[in-house]
Amino acid sequence: MAQQEAGGHEAYYVPSESKLPVWLAFGLGVMLYGLGAWMNSAQTGGHGKELLFVVGFVVVAIALYRWFAAVIEENHRGMNSAQVKRSYVWGMGWFIFSEVMFFAAFFGALFYIRFLALPWLGGEGEKGITGQYLWPDFTVDWNAGTNPHPQWATPDATLAAPPLTQWLAYLPFYNTVVLLTSSVTIHVAHTALKEGNRSKLNLWLGITVALGILFLILQMAEYVHAYRDLGLTLNTGIYGSTFFLLTGFHGFHVTLGTFMLIVMLARCLKGHFTKEDHFGFEATAWYWHFVDVVWLGLFLFVYVF
Amino acid sequence: MSAVIDAHHDDHHHGPAKGITRWLYTTNHKDIGSMYLWFSFIMFLAGGVMALVIRAELFQPGQSFVEPHFFNQMTTMHGLVMVFGAIMPAFVGLANWMLPMMVGAPDMALPRMNNLSFWILPFASLMLISTLFMEGGGPDFGWTMYAPLSTTYAPDSVTFMIFAIHLLGASSIMGAINIIATILNMRAPGMTLMKMPMFVWTWLITAYLLIAVMPVLAGAVTMMLFDIHFGTSCFDAAGGGDPVLFQHIFWFFGHPEVYIMILPAFGIVSHVIPAFSRKRLFGYDSMVYATSSIAFLSFIVWAHHMFTVGMPLAGQLFFMYATMLIAVPTGVKVFNWISTMWQGSMTFETPMLFALAFVFLFTVGGFSGVMLAIAPADYQYHDTYFVVAHFHYVLVSGALFSIFCAVYYWLPKWTGFMYSEALGKLHFWLSFIGVNLAFFPMHFSGLAGMPRRIPDYALQFANFNAWSTVGAFVFGLSQLLFLYLVIKCIRGGQKATAGVWDGAEGLEWTVPSPAPYHTFSTPPVVK
Amino acid sequence: MTIATRFVPSGLLLLAVVALAVPASASSGWNMTPGVTEISRAIYDLHMLIFWICVAIGVVVFGAMLISIILHRKSRGVTPATFHESTKLEIVWTLVPLGILIGMAVPATSVLVQMYDSGGEDMVVEVRGYQWRWQYKYLDDDLNEQISFFSNLSTPREQILGLSEKGENYLLEVDNPLVIPINRKVRFLLTSNDVIHAWWVPDFALKRDAIPGFINDMWTIVEEPGIYRGQCAELCGIDHGFMPIVVHALPEDEYDAWYAEQLQLARLEEQLMERDWSEAELLARGEEVYSTHCVGCHQADGQGVPPVFPALAGNAMMTGDFDVHMEVVYHGRAGTAMQAFGPVLSPVDMASVMNYQRHAFGKAGASERSEPVKPKDIVTFAAAQ
Ligand code: HEA
Ligand code: HEA
Ligand code: HEC
Ligand code: CUA
Ligand SMILES: [Cu+2]
Repeated sequence: MAQQEAGGHEAYYVPSESKLPVWLAFGLGVMLYGLGAWMNSAQTGGHGKELLFVVGFVVVAIALYRWFAAVIEENHRGMNSAQVKRSYVWGMGWFIFSEVMFFAAFFGALFYIRFLALPWLGGEGEKGITGQYLWPDFTVDWNAGTNPHPQWATPDATLAAPPLTQWLAYLPFYNTVVLLTSSVTIHVAHTALKEGNRSKLNLWLGITVALGILFLILQMAEYVHAYRDLGLTLNTGIYGSTFFLLTGFHGFHVTLGTFMLIVMLARCLKGHFTKEDHFGFEATAWYWHFVDVVWLGLFLFVYVF
Repeated sequence: MSAVIDAHHDDHHHGPAKGITRWLYTTNHKDIGSMYLWFSFIMFLAGGVMALVIRAELFQPGQSFVEPHFFNQMTTMHGLVMVFGAIMPAFVGLANWMLPMMVGAPDMALPRMNNLSFWILPFASLMLISTLFMEGGGPDFGWTMYAPLSTTYAPDSVTFMIFAIHLLGASSIMGAINIIATILNMRAPGMTLMKMPMFVWTWLITAYLLIAVMPVLAGAVTMMLFDIHFGTSCFDAAGGGDPVLFQHIFWFFGHPEVYIMILPAFGIVSHVIPAFSRKRLFGYDSMVYATSSIAFLSFIVWAHHMFTVGMPLAGQLFFMYATMLIAVPTGVKVFNWISTMWQGSMTFETPMLFALAFVFLFTVGGFSGVMLAIAPADYQYHDTYFVVAHFHYVLVSGALFSIFCAVYYWLPKWTGFMYSEALGKLHFWLSFIGVNLAFFPMHFSGLAGMPRRIPDYALQFANFNAWSTVGAFVFGLSQLLFLYLVIKCIRGGQKATAGVWDGAEGLEWTVPSPAPYHTFSTPPVVK
Repeated sequence: MTIATRFVPSGLLLLAVVALAVPASASSGWNMTPGVTEISRAIYDLHMLIFWICVAIGVVVFGAMLISIILHRKSRGVTPATFHESTKLEIVWTLVPLGILIGMAVPATSVLVQMYDSGGEDMVVEVRGYQWRWQYKYLDDDLNEQISFFSNLSTPREQILGLSEKGENYLLEVDNPLVIPINRKVRFLLTSNDVIHAWWVPDFALKRDAIPGFINDMWTIVEEPGIYRGQCAELCGIDHGFMPIVVHALPEDEYDAWYAEQLQLARLEEQLMERDWSEAELLARGEEVYSTHCVGCHQADGQGVPPVFPALAGNAMMTGDFDVHMEVVYHGRAGTAMQAFGPVLSPVDMASVMNYQRHAFGKAGASERSEPVKPKDIVTFAAAQ
């Protein structure tokens, strides 16, 4: 498979020209330009700017599909040397690191707000004069979602965790269980793959997909509950802002991860992957573990503390 | 769809394709490198023209040329375009050209993604620059985008700027991943980490910085987007947020960002000085450690840009001390360069002239950096032209000069022809004089009290500004000479040998000039 | 060797000399001002100390480089040495700069600690940034407002546009300067009404961001009476370059007299509301208010700067329903530069500017309300909110 060179080293591999990158770049440009136009027109009540976004999205989707298809095809034809495969491994690893840093920005914001800015606004700490002079009526109650100025509505209730004894009636607790379980099930599936046990692989991967979807359903239910029953929205000041930004971007990543898992399931069912060579699967598993770890952070710092 | 280079049949396969599709569909690191370099030069001219608009307006007091609103857009765009459009892509272009050659690889690790990272740039830049023509004007709140001027009080076009930054960030991250994968995975047998050329080392660390901080910038502008369009209150005190939060996140990105723009420059200079001193680089190991320490420190100094926001004393002190510390590893680098020259056998071809000017002027910029780091004194310097002088010394006569240096150094290897040394020297001297004339007086206008980002100023600053403007035009116009020289060199000239320079060392000098389309189809062995 | 290369050393030398010599001539408009407070002088000394340290390091570093360039060049026929490392040297030039830096950090820390030594103040002034002017509020011991006024750029537009000779204090002059006493500890509470501004007077070495929704605290003791000028030092939008700061530092007794007079004027202003205002009086006062508070955006001729700042001239609102018009001016438009003027303008000023706008930019009399607006109407309107 991998090319052997006389001196014992592998020959290098370089893919030939491809139309996909430039199309993908074009699609991304159109999609985001369209999204910007759409957002701006939505603000002024205009309509009809969605089209550009949709066109761009379709281009992106097709390009990505064909790109991954090409990579899979190359691998099946035995064109990927061990070195190329290592490059993919490095690539995925560093990509996940970049995702970690993206979430780090939002966690950093959460900590800054909770431990510095809000106390100052509430009249405590080194810059407490802020609260004493400008916001005399404001007392910080993070778990009640209070805000300095009444122009930002205070929610009727937040989703802060109740005492441990009541967790059985607490939806985010179930979300945690679901997601943690799914991390285990994907691991079982991976082990099965390495053992060459295909039916076990399909079963456990299928279960993982189901758990991913279940998580998303629960998350949606929670959002509906927050918007409809609690009056907790993106517009209810900083609690709502951080809550929805963090859980929202996490949910978006879970959606992506679930989609990746579904693709992997389809590939497994088609008989892709071997005991030794299944980086596509492994990359997805890594991503899924990453999403899981982020959730743990979320659960601790957004819900519990 | 793809193919394997077979070492034994190299010839019947893989020359450049013909026509425009060669550039659109390419997976070749040299083609992509060239596109990066051309793109960044175009952006440099665009950003430069904006700088000239700024300088023209500031030539004398009074509103003479553009309206304040447009002036602010020029300042903002100039900063964004130079940072994200000119300097960063130029370094990525150099990395594309040189890294595979330096580590003994035929190409980058992920060639298709490489082309994607490049092609995102033109679309993103188009989106960024198009904001200038939108209703309400382009972004007018400075490249630092401080909320709430950039959110509640921003023109509508800010949405497009945000998405453009997302795209530019995605491109940088993919470029950086590619570079790391190439360096870690594609080195020729025998090239251990501590045998890697300095440019490779500095880029490895730069790429790490990029992956660590570009997502944070993406997070910052995403919060802006949500504050603008979806009613969140991240940066609004009335809703429990804090405008200063934006600055913390931005500068957590922003400070490492400035080292992203200087570390590869350190690498370049560490090649050129030994070559023209005909002497090995002094203190290779300590160079590697110094670069790593700079990278580490760059994560814990960000708030030195925010000494005036009213941080508690402890924070102020911490960030002051940490910032001052950076002078230590940077000093190690400067001393090593000078020791490399010491008792060498120096000649002064254009690359060397730029390298020497780099060491000299970057250090001047570093000194003003240390002055800025002194928190109490920064109360007087902050947001004045003293800061503008500081960062143009490190960015223009630092980063940009190192790019010129690199281009002159490797141009014969790229084109197969020697450039005109006489024109090169002329370009150097005009640039050297222009840069100092443009930016040195800014130290004085800043100390005398001229704030930055103002379209009009009090009378006592008039002389300094007139000089700056003259210098800016001298410097700017001499870049057309550079353009001419490069085109001339591509067209032909004296043939370059494989070695090109007497004292140059490294794998790139073992292959013919111009370098073959795929440099190393089988790995060379490094002893 | 070309002629150019021979100039490298001399070129570098020349620049170094210029670089070193020029800033040495302190306080000639080239350098930072030593200022008129203890802190500002401490900062100036610190600045010069660091500067000279950098110069000294520069002399050593650039000197070594220059010697190399001059002596160790191929054209002199030297053969390169082969040394390329020395752990001892590396340690030396790690530790020596570290020592120098510690030497800088010590005085820097003490100045900083001194600056943070707030408390024990004799008076408190709230400084509030607006696009694009400053508001000063003198507070009593319980931080209640006593006097309040706005401070606007007073340089005429003709000077900016070059239609007339620029005055000596071009762009550094205001209508109402901040007045403070010397030798008393003045505490400033800094905040903003819209975006971030920064209040900076170089002679006091005071610069701090004015952040909407937050308070920044700083203090000064001015030692010499005089007029001190500064500028907004944080990009705050279109007219960022046009919101200067002028401070009159008066001897204590003069200040006390000024303060007493201002207090009295403020009382009088309150009584003005009770008075009966004729339309002409209202219009005259309204023009004044308009030109201090509104021209920045809507322009003197009411044409605005569309699309950012809408035209008022010919605007349907000027002739339309009064309450709608009032609503905009009183509450502003959330999310735009149009701020709420309700809390800013006194009822008298508000009534006059409303009258003035409708008179100057609508067809006078075509308004649904042909009666002039009276200060009392504003009070009624405000009470209904
Ligand atoms: C390439 C980019 C680059 C580089 C390398 C640097 C390098 C440094 N910068 Fe600079 N900086 C910028 C780009 C850069 N900067 C930009 C763009 C801004 C403004 C952003 C904006 O607001 O728009 C800025 C602003 C900025 C500020 C904020 C000023 C303000 O807004 O008030 C500060 C404050 O501490 C600072 C400090 C430093 C320091 C200490 C270094 C150090 O790394 C310098 C170290 C080097 C040396 C010191 C010289 C060599 C050393 C020796 C010879 C050893 C001996 C020396 C001593 C012991 C002193 N910089
Ligand atoms: C990253 C690199 C970089 C580079 C290379 C430059 C290059 C230059 N910059 Fe800088 N600048 C910044 C980064 C950079 N800048 C940043 C980050 C800011 C802060 C922005 C902010 O405040 O938000 C700034 C701000 C800034 C200001 C302050 C503006 C203000 O505060 O309002 C000024 C003022 O003089 C200035 C001037 C210049 C000049 C004269 C050059 C010259 O070196 C440019 C020379 C180049 C040319 C002039 C191009 C030549 C083109 C031609 C000759 C025309 C050819 C024409 C066609 C083919 C159409 N810049
Ligand atoms: C900092 C800039 C600024 C200042 C100062 C300012 N305005 Fe405005 N004004 C605006 C902007 C921006 C709008 C448009 C708001 C919108 O988009 O709805 C506006 C809108 C208005 C409108 C409504 C026009 C319409 O057609 O909707 C009126 C009336 C008005 N301003 C009056 C005033 C008065 C009176 C003053 C002074 C006391 C003043 N403005 C000061 C920026 C300003
Ligand atoms: Cu206010 Cu700048
Ligand atoms: Cu910095």
